[in-house]
Amino acid sequence: MPASALPETGRPAPEKSRMSLKSLALWTGVALLGAVAWGVLALSRGEEISAVWLVVAALGSYAIAYRFYSGFIARRVLQADDGRATPAERLEDGVDYHPTDRRVLFGHHFAAIAGAGPLVGPVLAAQMGYLPGTVWIITGVIFAGAVQDMIVLFLSMRRDGKSLGQMARDEIGRVGGAAALIGVFAIMIILLAVLAMVVVNALAESPWGTFSVAMTIPIALFMGFYLRYLRPGRVVETSVIGVALLLLAILGGGWIQNSSLAEYFVWSPETLVFCLVGYGFVASVLPVWMLLAPRDYLSTFMKVGTIALMAVGVVIAAPTLKAGAVTEFAHTGAGPVFAGSLFPFLFITIACGALSGFHALVSSGTTPKLIQKESQVRLIGYGSMLTESFVAVMALIAACVLEPGLYYAMNSPAALLGPTAQSAAEAVKGLGFAITPDQLTAAAKAVEEQTLVGRSGGAPTLAVGMSEIFSSVFGSGLKAFWYHFAIMFEALFILTTVDAGTRVGRFMLQDMLGNVWKPIGRVTWKPGIWITSALVVGAWGYFLYAGVTDPLGGIKQLFPLFGIANQLLAAVALAVTTTMLVKSGKARWAWVTGAPLAWVVAVTFTAGWQKVFSDNPKIGFFAQRDVYADAADAGKLLPGATDLDDMHTIVVNNTVDGVLMAVFLLLVTIVLVNCAVVCVRALRAGEPLPTTETPYVASRIEGPESRDTKPLVGAGS
Amino acid sequence: MTVVRRAVGVLLWYARELTGEAEYDRYCDRHRRHHPHAPVPTRREYQRMRTLWREGESPGRCC
Repeated sequence: MPASALPETGRPAPEKSRMSLKSLALWTGVALLGAVAWGVLALSRGEEISAVWLVVAALGSYAIAYRFYSGFIARRVLQADDGRATPAERLEDGVDYHPTDRRVLFGHHFAAIAGAGPLVGPVLAAQMGYLPGTVWIITGVIFAGAVQDMIVLFLSMRRDGKSLGQMARDEIGRVGGAAALIGVFAIMIILLAVLAMVVVNALAESPWGTFSVAMTIPIALFMGFYLRYLRPGRVVETSVIGVALLLLAILGGGWIQNSSLAEYFVWSPETLVFCLVGYGFVASVLPVWMLLAPRDYLSTFMKVGTIALMAVGVVIAAPTLKAGAVTEFAHTGAGPVFAGSLFPFLFITIACGALSGFHALVSSGTTPKLIQKESQVRLIGYGSMLTESFVAVMALIAACVLEPGLYYAMNSPAALLGPTAQSAAEAVKGLGFAITPDQLTAAAKAVEEQTLVGRSGGAPTLAVGMSEIFSSVFGSGLKAFWYHFAIMFEALFILTTVDAGTRVGRFMLQDMLGNVWKPIGRVTWKPGIWITSALVVGAWGYFLYAGVTDPLGGIKQLFPLFGIANQLLAAVALAVTTTMLVKSGKARWAWVTGAPLAWVVAVTFTAGWQKVFSDNPKIGFFAQRDVYADAADAGKLLPGATDLDDMHTIVVNNTVDGVLMAVFLLLVTIVLVNCAVVCVRALRAGEPLPTTETPYVASRIEGPESRDTKPLVGAGS
Repeated sequence: MTVVRRAVGVLLWYARELTGEAEYDRYCDRHRRHHPHAPVPTRREYQRMRTLWREGESPGRCC
């Protein structure tokens, strides 16, 4: 179905494809503003610049990309057709399928894709300076991340909301489909472990944080019972009560910390691991209404509220960026937060916010069943991802407004920093930055934490940055409140991901094992649910424990694995979508997903290759394993280890991580080869292969565009 | 004043739609159209059914 006559054929073009003078002026203005902001970012050397330039550069680029590139993809590549009925219209059942207002669905989809990911990666990537991270977040989302989300959403919508796994099986065959499925499951496990580790690092030895995050469980339970027995279905009212209780819990944490009860909430990292694993299991087997659903409401409200607050805060406070534009770690690859040089490791450290493979799972499934009109994939797919990218930009700003000395004292591994403020200040000096022990103690005191030294994982850094920004807007007395507010906000996201993710993992495992032994696949058979939940929790719990007890720092060791895994999933999603474009006779436009695919394959395979085969023990898992194994055999201790047990732990962890990395690469290679074969077959055939799309049905409902009397500027094209 | 009231109205509409609170109204509406003679479920009954359906759904949440 060609959408409209093409203007260049000489036939009278439809009026809306011509830009009016007014919109031409507007978009020229936007382009100029964005270009000036980029210019300021690129040309400032040495002097401190305002974070507002970063915001302007991001928003200007997003606006242009949304208006022009996403429009191009919708019109030319996908040929979105508002005259064609969407599954929401055809299969409307009032529950799973119903045409949803695009603004509501945008909110839905955004809440589903955005979690803690875009808050963690940019903070870690700040070790290379603000410029590389910003450039990747913005160009990555425009040409890769948002494109992937939008196209997967569209292709799934044309197939009644099939999942990525099903599409892979249908389009590229059983082998590729199975490899994709196993890959997704393994990646999920690593993701949960790394996110849970962020929570552990943020809460360990912090009674305030531990108390307020622990309180979210009784609050969610209360909401669950309230919604089920007292006021069925009154979600807004319940959520407002929940958010109020949550704020009370944060205030209560401050009171607990200064009372004699504090000692009951000082938990070691190991204790927290067992609590999280237990929580994950219970949350996965309890009925949804009790814990999962209310927690989801709470986290959605907090998410939208806090992100809006942060955007306002950044603009009003207009903090200056203290971090350098590009640090020496970008060239040397010897940074303390994560090892390796800018290419490829920056691009896997920032996954969510620029390109996140996991979104392909969310974009195929629930959202495509709710779209009212085909062209709305622009707002919902592309627009939501741009918004997530903006969250990542704000996280980067929050990390870069900190004094670099403080940043490195918080994010370097404990083995480098040593136990005291004194030793940490020395270590930071060794890295080439300055902070005094007194300043470190004062910074911790300002947010009422015992110490900020070695609080890696991103969450504490973001929280300190946010408390700086908020306290300069709302007054400086509340720093500790804002710090713990931010910790709570991030922990809430992550716990929501942990229980939802465990459940998703359980469904996947039940599905896979169900092929071997039928009863375990049944979603109602209780023992089956318990066994599979325990397996999933046990799997991520193992990596979590290994990470938390890793003498070399779990974040430093596991975060690259997580980033590579997430980007490999993006490679799978982009390969499947490229294949689908080629198969449907659109090889001409295959570069739209093919170019980001080539990039992400280059990034992940270079990073993965280095992680497996590099001779440098700081980068290669096996190289590091050999160094520590040889030393352990000789009875020697190497930096990071305090006894021989530590040495053996390091050897085991490196072996497991290295093997896992190799398996990921192998699985994705299978998918890629399979896709390439199908593409070649499709090109040889010379005509489009049989489609898997649901047949065309004319739409009988009106979209918002035909109702609006006065369209938004440029909204028509 | 009317501006404030309208803004609150819009916000409430959005929150009700986003959280799925408005789902019940839509369901009843549809139920009356398709089965005019059958009684619509009460809110309590509907929410029970809804949570039961959700039990088998894979929650779409991401990092």
